[in-house]
Amino acid sequence: MLLTIRSLTKTFPGTTALDAVDFDLAAGEIHALLGENGAGKSTLIKCLTGAYSRDGGEISLEGRPISPRSTSKAQELGIGTVYQEVNLLANLTVAQNLTFGREPTRFGMVDARAQKRQAEAMLEGYGLDIDVSRNLAAYSVAVRQIIAIARAVALSGKVLILDEPTASLDAREVETLFDVVRGLRDRGLGIVFVSHFLDQVFALTDRVTVLRNGRRVASERTADLNRVRLIEHMLGHALEDEVIAHGKTHDAAAAQRPELLRFENFGRRGHVEPFDLAVGRGEVLGLAGLLGSGRTESAELLFGVVEAHSGAARDENGTFDLSSPRAAVAAGFGYAPEERKEDGIVADLSVRENIALALQAHRGWLRRLSGAEQARLANNYIARLDIRTFGPEQPVGELSGGNQQKVVLARWLAMNPRFLILDEPTRGIDVGAHAEILRLIQKVTAEGMSILIISSELDELIAVSDRVIVVRDRRHVAELTGREITSDTIVRAIAAPQAGRQNSGEEAA
Amino acid sequence: MTVLRRIAPQLVTLAALVALVTLFFPDFLRIEVVDGRFVGPVMDIAKRGAQVGLLTVGMTLVVATRGIDLSVGTVMAISGAVAAWAITHDVSLAGTLALALTAGAAAGLWNGCLVALVGIQPIVATLILMTSGRGIAQLITEGRILTFSNEGLAFLGSGDLLGIPVPALIWFAAALAIALLMRRTALGLLVEAVGVNRSASALAGVNAAVLLVAVYVASGLCAGLAGIVSAADIRGADANNAGLWLELDAILAVVIGGNSLLGGRFSIAASLIGALIIQTIDTGILLAGFPSEYNLVIKAALVLVILVLQSPNLAHQWRTVGRAARRRREGVPLSAKAQGQ
Ligand SMILES: Nc1ncnc2c1ncn2[C@@H]1O[C@H](COP(=O)(O)OP(=O)(O)OP(=O)(O)O)[C@@H](O)[C@H]1O
Ligand SMILES: [Mg+2]
Repeated sequence: MLLTIRSLTKTFPGTTALDAVDFDLAAGEIHALLGENGAGKSTLIKCLTGAYSRDGGEISLEGRPISPRSTSKAQELGIGTVYQEVNLLANLTVAQNLTFGREPTRFGMVDARAQKRQAEAMLEGYGLDIDVSRNLAAYSVAVRQIIAIARAVALSGKVLILDEPTASLDAREVETLFDVVRGLRDRGLGIVFVSHFLDQVFALTDRVTVLRNGRRVASERTADLNRVRLIEHMLGHALEDEVIAHGKTHDAAAAQRPELLRFENFGRRGHVEPFDLAVGRGEVLGLAGLLGSGRTESAELLFGVVEAHSGAARDENGTFDLSSPRAAVAAGFGYAPEERKEDGIVADLSVRENIALALQAHRGWLRRLSGAEQARLANNYIARLDIRTFGPEQPVGELSGGNQQKVVLARWLAMNPRFLILDEPTRGIDVGAHAEILRLIQKVTAEGMSILIISSELDELIAVSDRVIVVRDRRHVAELTGREITSDTIVRAIAAPQAGRQNSGEEAA
Repeated sequence: MTVLRRIAPQLVTLAALVALVTLFFPDFLRIEVVDGRFVGPVMDIAKRGAQVGLLTVGMTLVVATRGIDLSVGTVMAISGAVAAWAITHDVSLAGTLALALTAGAAAGLWNGCLVALVGIQPIVATLILMTSGRGIAQLITEGRILTFSNEGLAFLGSGDLLGIPVPALIWFAAALAIALLMRRTALGLLVEAVGVNRSASALAGVNAAVLLVAVYVASGLCAGLAGIVSAADIRGADANNAGLWLELDAILAVVIGGNSLLGGRFSIAASLIGALIIQTIDTGILLAGFPSEYNLVIKAALVLVILVLQSPNLAHQWRTVGRAARRRREGVPLSAKAQGQ
């Protein structure tokens, strides 16, 4: 075995995150580490690399016991890691991030030209066309994710650990990443792969280890497993009904919905080209497109994160202001952004305060929600979304990634907006909770809330959307309704805007 | 209950410090009644601590937003100068107070706009006023120490009410008012949210910019009040020395109060105890009769000890040690017993 972990134990005040977990990684294998949100996957990885100090257990690499005290010590041992929350430095350049700690020097000074060359070489093979001398802040989550991966790959001599590396990548980038990972496996590295995308697990990995509530419940060859068995291992029971499997029936007679809002000629130069968009009451609008196509930009525009240069928003009472998030919230909008760590959670505050925040901001500072009211809200959503926390007073920063995501969703559901914008709402969320969230979306829309959902997962988009808008090159290029909503048409519209547009034109005629 | 748990380390520190000072100066805790006034070292601390204490209240809020206000000492000099100028130009007492407080609020508004609207880093933004503000104060006092003899104004600095020094009352009242304002309304939560993650808070609909400006205005108001007390105490405005270096004591008090300079959770009560701790050190060193040249060194050493003892790393290690000790006690009762005998 390349890497063996025996009886690894880690407790936090109030929880046992890992309870005597064993884990083996062979050279030349891709090993999936799976489990529900809060099962202990990220904690296992952090104990392994020394980001957390373990309470008990042995770790050995190639037969020798190791105890790295930090990520950089682990790197020296040949263990490269991409953590779930990518930790690069946004105010350094891409090249500086890639070579951080190992900058090429000349006469004792950093050799910027060699650094640039080295960085470009590291990014080769990822199909990324970016300027490495620009600040990292200029690039999207997906690009940052790939940069973090490239850095870890270059640093991993023996073991590569990827904690949900594909959460913000689209299908094409996932394929590129898989090619890179397979290449490393063939070179004899051991690779740990954490993901909630079971399809990717089956496509890529050789073996699977499942954690549940901090215990190892299974470790099997991927080929010996099927989806249903795997889910049973993860949840401890079968998944009652997967919404994806029988989502909306997209019959042609899509319900005629009363119009709630309308955006006319809404756009911003250099951001999103002007578009028209009508939103029906209780309608779910899907926004499909490649990364960087203008999906998130559209959402930001609709929520006033950036101000529109042209156009107006209208409801039955006439036009209303959307010039800032505050104005949007006042107009009954909600927005769960894509970057959970930077734009979503308020890490040091409690689950209760995070869930109450939007509602409180909306009510104004004078009308304080009492502690009891906040706790009632929080407990309600902790139960409904199955947020794994030891109580509403736990700081959100201590929750697992998927559970943090649920808190952000709860914040907006608690506000009960009339129009809710969700940017990748199920990112990092496990299969069980995923189904629960899609069910919740159906429930709140049945009660009259309208939702705009952005997702890289086409299956999810198809399952919940009444209408799908396809975005490409910062333009809304196609609108698909009813029976047109299939992954085939969407993929075609994404690739060839003309085809998509014609298609929908025919239907409408 | 939770408040008590939050301020427990500060209370323990203060108690230990009082015990230490009492060792050197046994009469430290003695309070006598002279002419209907309470007198003794403790009352002295409550009175002298008022200026830093007032600054600390505002500073706590600023620090909670991940900011810092270096200008408060200077703002004290400005508001003191305004007060002295006004009272010597036959403005009524109420008018004088209003003018001085307005000066403080205006200074805070300036800082807040630089930070929240222009986007300058707080330490730089407030440094501007810190360095230039004394010049403004000097312009008002025309370079002299501007003295006055108005009894009403002097009362705020050296008078007594129910036997208690007025500055102490002002200090406690201001702290109580702001603490209640923060916790009885949603302001406290919103300030903390903005301090932890401004971008996420703004996206949740929190009016982060206005909140930031308001926090600096509050700090300016507190400094204005401290400036009035300071001028009233000496019956004059000294543009060069009023509030000199007090911003550093205020920041120190906030830190001793266990508030993180990285923003977020704050406790005004804990900061106030921090201010009391600093004033106790100052007064204690004097009372203990050390030669004055040792004062700063002893103060620095004590502050260092306090901060090290309160540091989160150490707290974590203590917990681990405690857990290990408990495990040893519970895990091997027989040998423990054997050892005990
Ligand atoms: N710093 C921390 N302090 C306290 N508790 C923590 C901390 N980090 C993790 N935990 C707890 O440990 C448990 C396991 O968390 P972990 O992040 O390992 O889950 P995960 O399997 O990676 O989940 P996800 O799929 O959501 O990322 C959770 O209950 C979490 O609340
Ligand atoms: Mg995780």
